[in-house]
Amino acid sequence: MRLERSRVRAVVAVPAVAAVGALLVWAFVGLPDFGHYRGPYGFVLNRIGVPQRHTTNVVTAIVFDYRGFDTMGEEFILFGSVLGVVLLLRGRARDEAEEDLAKYTDAVSSDLVRVLGGLAAGVSLLIGLWLVSFGFVTPGGGFQGGVVVAGALLLVYAAGSFRAWRKVSNEEALDPLEGIGVGGYVIVGLAALVSGAPFLHNLLGPGKSGTLFSGGSLPFLNWVTALEVAAANVVLCAQFLEQCLAPHARKERSNS
Amino acid sequence: MSVLPYVSAAWICAVGLYGAITSRNLIHLALCLTVVQSSTYVLLLAIGYVNRGGAPIFKGVKLGTRAVDPVVQSLTLTDIVVSVTVVALILALALDAHKDAGSVDPDTLADVKG
Repeated sequence: MRLERSRVRAVVAVPAVAAVGALLVWAFVGLPDFGHYRGPYGFVLNRIGVPQRHTTNVVTAIVFDYRGFDTMGEEFILFGSVLGVVLLLRGRARDEAEEDLAKYTDAVSSDLVRVLGGLAAGVSLLIGLWLVSFGFVTPGGGFQGGVVVAGALLLVYAAGSFRAWRKVSNEEALDPLEGIGVGGYVIVGLAALVSGAPFLHNLLGPGKSGTLFSGGSLPFLNWVTALEVAAANVVLCAQFLEQCLAPHARKERSNS
Repeated sequence: MSVLPYVSAAWICAVGLYGAITSRNLIHLALCLTVVQSSTYVLLLAIGYVNRGGAPIFKGVKLGTRAVDPVVQSLTLTDIVVSVTVVALILALALDAHKDAGSVDPDTLADVKG
């Protein structure tokens, strides 16, 4: 039976891989030589991004302004898949596991790890917030900073305990935050619509280039995205951690 | 030397595909998918590279300085976010399958009756 299946796989895979491979070779042959980007969009945006939006990080200007509508779709992909994960994992035998997990004690015993880990969590949190707030001036942005913030919170578990992690990953607080993150993006878009401009049009004045007061309504989109990304990542980590630790928690409780 | 980035992208894609085809484990399969997707990051960034170009960030850099394409960079960002979310969803499905069937081997799962 098993042999048969691997033969079926080979029969399906070989022509498919050959076809994809041929298409890839065809596409690669037509690419510009490395280092000889042909443009024009990259060159144009590098020229007009700063004069138009006063946003010195052109990548962030593209993400939240020139391609802002795209990013909204991306936010919904993130929101939708987190929703999917939560629906798949939260439902099952939760109340029972919840009791075990509430009593679970797995604190890190090494003082050195606890102290350094706590420091690392604080420093990472600051770096994350800095990446978000200056994301449209210097390298960074809502997505990158949001992930770093979530990582900093995860350090609370890695260097502390599951009990401490449960406090920072409180779902009653995170679920609304995630909703605010994705809803806030739409609201900023609708605000433009209400004032008679196209959806997601950059409403506010461009401000002073190279400062935190630049980019118009772009910083708002940046911050709501950071909120969404950080909350979504913490929710995902919390879900998978619960799944992973539930058996250990059950064992510990039945032993005691 | 100038083809090396493209060759790397093709290689990463091929390795990931090979893993996905021969995979006997849904978690391994999800990771192979991430590997395939990583090749698109390399490819996108390679396409947008301009010889001796700096980052497309003009804080303290004179406007008009030679810089790489910012569009592919923002596309790569989108790409990474989508990759992460999709992997999370696949892993949740794999967990669910494991709870139902006690296995993450697609061949064993195929024999499981609803």
